[in-house]
Amino acid sequence: MLVQDIVFWILSLMAIVGSLGVVLVSNLFRAALLLILVFVAVAGMFILLSAEFLAVVQILIYVGAIAILIIFAVMLTRDVQRGNLPNRMHIPAAVFAALLFTALVAVAVDTKWDFLPAEHQERVELVQVSAVTIITDEVLNDEGLSLQEQEEIQESGLADLLISDYVLPFEAVSVLLLAALIGALVLVRPDRGTGRG
Amino acid sequence: MLDDYFRQYGLIAIFLVVAVGVPISMLAMSSMAARIGLRPNKPTDVKSETYECGVEAIGGRWELFNFRYYMFAILFVIFDVEVVFLYPWAAKFLQLPLFALIEMAVFVGILVVGLAYAWRKHDLEWG
Repeated sequence: MLVQDIVFWILSLMAIVGSLGVVLVSNLFRAALLLILVFVAVAGMFILLSAEFLAVVQILIYVGAIAILIIFAVMLTRDVQRGNLPNRMHIPAAVFAALLFTALVAVAVDTKWDFLPAEHQERVELVQVSAVTIITDEVLNDEGLSLQEQEEIQESGLADLLISDYVLPFEAVSVLLLAALIGALVLVRPDRGTGRG
Repeated sequence: MLDDYFRQYGLIAIFLVVAVGVPISMLAMSSMAARIGLRPNKPTDVKSETYECGVEAIGGRWELFNFRYYMFAILFVIFDVEVVFLYPWAAKFLQLPLFALIEMAVFVGILVVGLAYAWRKHDLEWG
């Protein structure tokens, strides 16, 4: 576990230094790049928790999509290198940030973190890993699980849920994405009649 | 089981370290060489120009993006979200029944309608 501890501390350091940079660097573009560093560090945390799928989603959605949108928004803005104009929102911002921080810490402390017994923990990790990877039968045999347990683990993956319990929501997602795509294109498209965007 | 899992990511970590380390060490070695007088240092105007694949660069570093790029960014984001759903399906493809293939075909098919719409409305063209 020592290696994992070291990796955890490196990732935490990356995330903390990166977030401080996002807030303190005055160049918005560089702040966006530092934000990507924070996203990558969080993806690493997910991998440490053996939540592979969340890590992939974190990379795809946050590092891929959201970071691209942020960078585009920054690059479409004038005077990027001058950073934010000075304003008087320091005190409200500090109060709000402090309140949000307090709420998050309170929830984290208040949550009952149930630690599973060791043999149970192993099962859960197997299920998590099987969410996105094929676990061969030999591996499950080595774990000394009964046939029924093996089957349960094999069928607990996300893909299996998408084709059994969640068929309709899954297809509804594609309709939602289609609506979002067409809506966004209609909003962004330059108005050909007047020539204005 | 989990040891295998972490070993895989250990490999990725090694790649990451090499990928980040090589350019940094190259720059560091270059500046060290300059410090001990091994590397000559004669900057000229031509040398310190912005390099852009051999073509003379137009404008500075902080050019305003053309607004039209935003359209492509939106298209990218939508299909990026689609990949999130393709991923667990593709990872277990060999174990899934035929129904999974049909279902994914419907899913992708609905999104292709969006792409066809963008194409039809000339959103994919420049200018």
